Amino acid sequence: MNAVTSLPEMAPATAEIFLAVAGIALLMFGVFRGSNSLRTPGWLAVLAFLVAGILVVARTGTDDAFFGLFITDAFARFAKVLILLGSAFSIVLSFGYFERERKGRFEYPVLIVFATLGMLMMVSANDLIALYMGLEMQSLALYVLASIRRDSLRSTEAGLKYFVLGALSSGMLLYGCSLIYGFAGTTSFAGLASVFSAEGGTSVGLVVGLVFLICGLAFKISAVPFHMWTPDVYEGAPTPVTALFAVAPKVAALALFVRVLSGPFGDLLDSWQQILVFVSIASMVLGAFAAMVQTNIKRLMAYSSIGHMGYALVGLAAGNEAGITGVMIYLSSYIFMNIGTFAIILGMRRDGRLVENLSDLSGLSKSHPMMAFALMVFMFSMAGIPPLAGFFGKWYVFMAAVQAGLFGLAVVGVLASVVGAFYYLRIIKIMYFDEATQPLDARVGGDLRAIIFGSAVITLLFLIAISPIYDKAQQAAISLLGA
Amino acid sequence: MASNAPLLSLVIFLPLVGVFFILLTRGEEAQVAINCRWQALLISTAVFLVSLLIWYNFDPTTADFQMVERYDWIPGSSIAYHVGVDGISMWFVLLSTLLTPICILASWEAVQSRVKEYMIAFLVLETLMVGMFCALDILVFYVFFEGVLIPMFLIIGVWGGQRRVYAAFKFFLYTLGGSVLMMIAILAMYWEAGTTDIPTLLVFKFAPALQTWLWLAFFASFAVKVPMWPVHTWLPDAHVEAPTAGSVILAGVLLKMGGYGFLRFSIPMFPEASDYFAPLVFALSVVAVIYTSLVALVQQDMKKLIAYSSVAHMGFVTIGMFTLTTQGVEGSIFQMLSHGVVSGALFLCVGVVYDRLHTREISAYGGLANNMPRYALVFMVFTLASVGLPGTSGFVGELLILTGAFKVNTWLAALAATGLILGAAYMLYLYRRVVFGVLDKDSVKAMLDLSPREIALFAPLIVLVFWMGIYPSTFIDMMSVSVDNLITNYKVALGEAGTAMAAR
Repeated sequence: MNAVTSLPEMAPATAEIFLAVAGIALLMFGVFRGSNSLRTPGWLAVLAFLVAGILVVARTGTDDAFFGLFITDAFARFAKVLILLGSAFSIVLSFGYFERERKGRFEYPVLIVFATLGMLMMVSANDLIALYMGLEMQSLALYVLASIRRDSLRSTEAGLKYFVLGALSSGMLLYGCSLIYGFAGTTSFAGLASVFSAEGGTSVGLVVGLVFLICGLAFKISAVPFHMWTPDVYEGAPTPVTALFAVAPKVAALALFVRVLSGPFGDLLDSWQQILVFVSIASMVLGAFAAMVQTNIKRLMAYSSIGHMGYALVGLAAGNEAGITGVMIYLSSYIFMNIGTFAIILGMRRDGRLVENLSDLSGLSKSHPMMAFALMVFMFSMAGIPPLAGFFGKWYVFMAAVQAGLFGLAVVGVLASVVGAFYYLRIIKIMYFDEATQPLDARVGGDLRAIIFGSAVITLLFLIAISPIYDKAQQAAISLLGA
Repeated sequence: MASNAPLLSLVIFLPLVGVFFILLTRGEEAQVAINCRWQALLISTAVFLVSLLIWYNFDPTTADFQMVERYDWIPGSSIAYHVGVDGISMWFVLLSTLLTPICILASWEAVQSRVKEYMIAFLVLETLMVGMFCALDILVFYVFFEGVLIPMFLIIGVWGGQRRVYAAFKFFLYTLGGSVLMMIAILAMYWEAGTTDIPTLLVFKFAPALQTWLWLAFFASFAVKVPMWPVHTWLPDAHVEAPTAGSVILAGVLLKMGGYGFLRFSIPMFPEASDYFAPLVFALSVVAVIYTSLVALVQQDMKKLIAYSSVAHMGFVTIGMFTLTTQGVEGSIFQMLSHGVVSGALFLCVGVVYDRLHTREISAYGGLANNMPRYALVFMVFTLASVGLPGTSGFVGELLILTGAFKVNTWLAALAATGLILGAAYMLYLYRRVVFGVLDKDSVKAMLDLSPREIALFAPLIVLVFWMGIYPSTFIDMMSVSVDNLITNYKVALGEAGTAMAAR
């Protein structure tokens, strides 16, 4: 057998290979150009994401590469499209910010390209080693991004905090992987699946390894009780970076979570289901209650994202095809609401400086009616009110929970969503019911306005597009679980 | 006669076309406000006229859903955009389309800030209300049912009174809290029956144990919406703080969504659970009738008084429908329509004096009969209709409901009938304090009688009150076949369950 990987065998990874080459080329371009302008390398990175996206959707069926370490299937494609969208949007979001702060660096888009490459590898990982490689590639780039404003105390603190806790979670994940390898004798997902499907294939050591693995992954998606880093990092990191954190890595880590648990560990459903039910309930409840007392909108979004991860985990906890479909639909609605909201946060300036307090939004409906309307759409959508996008995500994850007989989880979940509705409504109240104190700057950049408008339209009209999204999500779920 | 035009979709989505035109309106603020008012009025009147075609094309001899439209929406999970009306829902569609132009006309002068947004909110609300009554797919129903919260929250919160923020939040969270449990029940029904199609679900037999849970989850949602005692407390707050038109639509249509839900889902889909829980509904309703009537008696605020009277009247409605007799169910539907017209009109009456004096305190008024004779007449008609004077719409509904209740339980009927006496007491007491007495307050002396716009507002409602009171057959004939079908199916389902029990 020929051990050298020939070119056709690498075809399933074309998008990743392209993105790696593009990242390096972009780095060279930046170094030799000798200018710190962000726009040109930024748009080139967006172009690279676009090409990578085309390469991703051009493939059909399920293929693996690199001797089964890497897999592309409908599930990976769905997640990759969402990740590429999230990354591309967050680059566009950052232009105005870095130009105003005069802290533009060409490394910024390059780092996002490498982080995105890591994310793509995560969702395509078909082996514990590949999983870890993708995860670390993503994380290392993100640590740097969090502290990209080296002169800002809060940004560097956020980066350090993220690094220390991220390293801890990676350590736990790696320890879990090594335990699993020790007891199962393989790192390949297919191999693990066949070990567990065999009679008596499980042992205590494997379950302990699985728990460590789940802890590590829960850290990455900031699910309770591993959420502590999220509010601080969200608040401290520069806002465009926070926007990126809220979207693309969440999608990647959750997709990885889904692939690991429903693929190789699918037969251990009984062992992990109760952990996930607990993590999911805790995230939804904490996200709802803790967000109520926040006054900083970035911290509020952090708790909101903790809650949203709880809802997405409802679908995973159900452990069935409907559940995975639900998770994918949930993530599709989630990225647009979040990107739009962060675009609005980036548009909140007074006298040229960014403001982050909720009270700064007062009277927004008078001074910026379209922006206020868009934020209202995002907030109602996050609260899960039909006919907006967020409702359909909730509908499908709870549908899976009910099918799996997890009525307790479903009831607690929907009640937590009522509590959560309170703080989303509070933002609407501040914008629409309160009198303006001091208006925000009238001018909002064209890039931001385009993104706000686009996301609002998608969130509003999600109900028209739900049918194709449902089909794709279901194909993704089937590709993962087998027909 | 049946036309192939998608009549229901036209009525549902025509208001959104109006929204689109209003959005395009630009220019000077005062001019935009005037344009928006006219556009909203014209489009909502057009919707009403089109909706009359539904009545014209309606065939009262069948209990089937009519003017059905069905388009695949999410084929993967067999969810479709499916609409149609039967004898029960048709009248609610007309009620919604009638009250919307009246609400817009009522806000002509009262709303001066953000007129554009206000009109958009009302037209969106109309789309959602009509869509909800027409929906024949349970997800479509839920989307419209919940979607109503968004415009209503804004109407109360932006254009409301002093404590509008509190009232808006309470309204939103109470109703959302009830509805999310219904969502879980809907999902459970989907997995049990494999469909979200309402006509299919209507003939599906759910297991008795499951019925109990599903019934309770639906009850959580509809009881808040109706509202039934003890979850009625959001209603007085919402009514008091909402702008006049908001109160009209809230009392006129939104409360009926709960009653309609009972008739469309709880009773036909879960007959055994409905039978089991009927005494609970009766008990809560009787408490509502007596207790909230007494509370209404001591109110100092006109809107609050009428809000409590709404709770009492809706208590009658829930009694009527759970008697599951022809008279009771027809009476409860009739009472809902009558209450929609009468309580809407009463809120308009309050709005008329509120616009002039900017207070709702009963004690601030007195002697209005002297300087506002036309107003006094209009107010009297609606007061007596609310009391249930023979010849007005209120009488027919209450009489039918009490007849139905007598067939089931004499005590139930006797206790419910006390509500009539108490109702007469608080309404007449209100009327005496506001309209009669000495005209001694200078501010009240300066009040002008009804303007032509206000007369135009009340005229159709007065005609309806007498029409419904004197010749109720127009309305009852349209619904009777559907109601009989509902009751027959219910009795058959119970009979089958009874035989199954006996055979065991």
